[in-house]
Amino acid sequence: MTIIEETAGVPAPRAGGEASGPLLEVRDLHVEFHTRDGVAKAVNGVNYSVASGETLAVLGESGSGKSVTAQAIMGILDMPPGKIPHGQILFRGQDMLTMSNDERRKIRGRKIAMIFQDALSSLNPVLSVGYQLGEMFRVHQGLSKKEAKAKSIELMDKVKIPAAKARVGDYPHQFSGGMRQRIMIAMALALEPDLIIADEPTTALDVTVQAQVMDLLAELQREYNMGLILITHDLGVVADVADKIAVMYAGRIVETAPVHELYKRPAHPYTRGLLDSIPRLDQKGQELYAIKGLPPNLLKIPTGCAFNPRCPKADDICRTEIPALVPVTEQDGSELPGRGSACHFWKETIHG
Amino acid sequence: MPEKTAATTASTGTETVTTTAAAPDTVLVTKAPKARSLWSDAWHDLRRNPLFLVSAGLIVLLLIVSAFPGLFTSASPRDADLANHYLGQPNWSHFFQPDWFGYDGQGRSIYSRVVYGARASIIVGVGVTALVTILGTLVGMIAGYFGGWVDTILSRITDIFMGIPFLLGALVVLTSFEKRAIWVVILALVFLGWTQIARVARGSVITIKQADYVVAAKALGASTTRILTRHVLPNAVAPIIVVATIALGGYIAAEATLSFLGVGLAEPTVSWGVDVSSGREQLRNAPHVLIIPSVMVSITVLSFLMFGDAVRNALDPKLR
Repeated sequence: MTIIEETAGVPAPRAGGEASGPLLEVRDLHVEFHTRDGVAKAVNGVNYSVASGETLAVLGESGSGKSVTAQAIMGILDMPPGKIPHGQILFRGQDMLTMSNDERRKIRGRKIAMIFQDALSSLNPVLSVGYQLGEMFRVHQGLSKKEAKAKSIELMDKVKIPAAKARVGDYPHQFSGGMRQRIMIAMALALEPDLIIADEPTTALDVTVQAQVMDLLAELQREYNMGLILITHDLGVVADVADKIAVMYAGRIVETAPVHELYKRPAHPYTRGLLDSIPRLDQKGQELYAIKGLPPNLLKIPTGCAFNPRCPKADDICRTEIPALVPVTEQDGSELPGRGSACHFWKETIHG
Repeated sequence: MPEKTAATTASTGTETVTTTAAAPDTVLVTKAPKARSLWSDAWHDLRRNPLFLVSAGLIVLLLIVSAFPGLFTSASPRDADLANHYLGQPNWSHFFQPDWFGYDGQGRSIYSRVVYGARASIIVGVGVTALVTILGTLVGMIAGYFGGWVDTILSRITDIFMGIPFLLGALVVLTSFEKRAIWVVILALVFLGWTQIARVARGSVITIKQADYVVAAKALGASTTRILTRHVLPNAVAPIIVVATIALGGYIAAEATLSFLGVGLAEPTVSWGVDVSSGREQLRNAPHVLIIPSVMVSITVLSFLMFGDAVRNALDPKLR
């Protein structure tokens, strides 16, 4: 606590970089896994970008490539069997895929940090929580053990762990699930990174705790003015937190939209299907809608639009031509900023 | 940049106070009992385990004896008085006297030889175990963590060494040395023995490197060295230690075996194996010459085996 100086009451807004461009930009990213049965194409040309202070939610079911994209950004993909045949990941304009291992390692933790789904298995069971938190400061900033411990306590307070001082020497198994996830968040926050990637941060938690953790994350993000990529399959989690949403299906982005627009008027049949499958109180007693069929096998992605075998609107063109992600407009042709859909029939879907 | 950090942390401090002010003290009152790490937990178990206490006591005694044999006997193990030639039988009531266990064929005090012989066994056992653990862990960890062609090459080398029959290999290696000092025996045993630890280490490193906390550490910017030393090794070390302590007894037995066969330690080195070997000549007339050092070997090996067992049980409570 001695390090702290009461200089200003309001946190200085983080410089958004030299240029006002996005913090992180993923361009035409492809990832494939070479397996015994062939090449599994997990990510097939993903484009997205996040600016400082912005929250991008990446939505999709299991196997849609959302986590793989995040792993590719972090550089923690198992490189065989994984492979990145082409694409760019630009962090402040620099392509991370062409950097040396050492340069990338320096970005991890300091500039981009990640929060994992299962906090218990993401914390080392043989080291105390305080040690693991303090490690960030000792390694990256060269602080002494004592200073690092003080910083750890401060961080634990920050993520609202009660009695942080008393619990700093405890081991991960002594914390509850929600508290563990808070510790993971604290570790990611430790070096005040510019961007945090949260890979299903609340999936392993129960519903009441989910809300608390999401609120905490949103609050800290505002405070530090960080970019946040939130990977989830839970539409409910996204609604309150995200600024914009990218919906993924079979390794492609099928729809992008500002968060409320997406809920109001989806422009892709898959998004519509997802929204229709949310149980709603006013439809009590009726049968719940479900998207028929199964997610595609990544070894044999259907030709044309990957969603066509499951799509209620599918036509011949869907089976032959891959739809590009095109800007979505109002009926009268006026622009809808930030919206895009990869569907041949987006007009019918959004306006129909 | 530093200014900005200070500003943000400052606001952190003030906010913390307001948000947690309501709760903390009540929580502090019911403070949980001190957390135990894996090792302090294991120690907690071991202290109450009679098997451990007995074996650890014997091992400590052996260590003291081998470090300060002069404290336990006044007779030199090399003083040969042929007046005692065969065979002063043991005088069981002459505790700690030179004739307690009688005399061997050359009139040397068996008690004294047993005391002085402990050092050779302990040095061989501990030395081989230490070197084997270091070498095996290193090879296994590198193979397991890096995988790919590194693993293929190191694992094949391990397999080749594992394929050499232990006794035959030791015979061949040791007979190629003119003078067999104690370090030669140690190196020969290390040469043939490191594969077991390497395999165990490789296996447990492969399991651990897939753990989320290793991926998480990587994602938070830890270097490979740091991941290996701080995250992988501490989690992989338990099975390695178990195998090593159990193997320690085996190395002591192996030294005795090799010395008995005449390729291990040799006179004038004082060692239990050497004594067993020379005792064999008069087995019918004076069985105690052979039996007493043999029993010492057995007790020592047994203590280390029990010790290893107790440690294994403490480190992995599921095995009980």
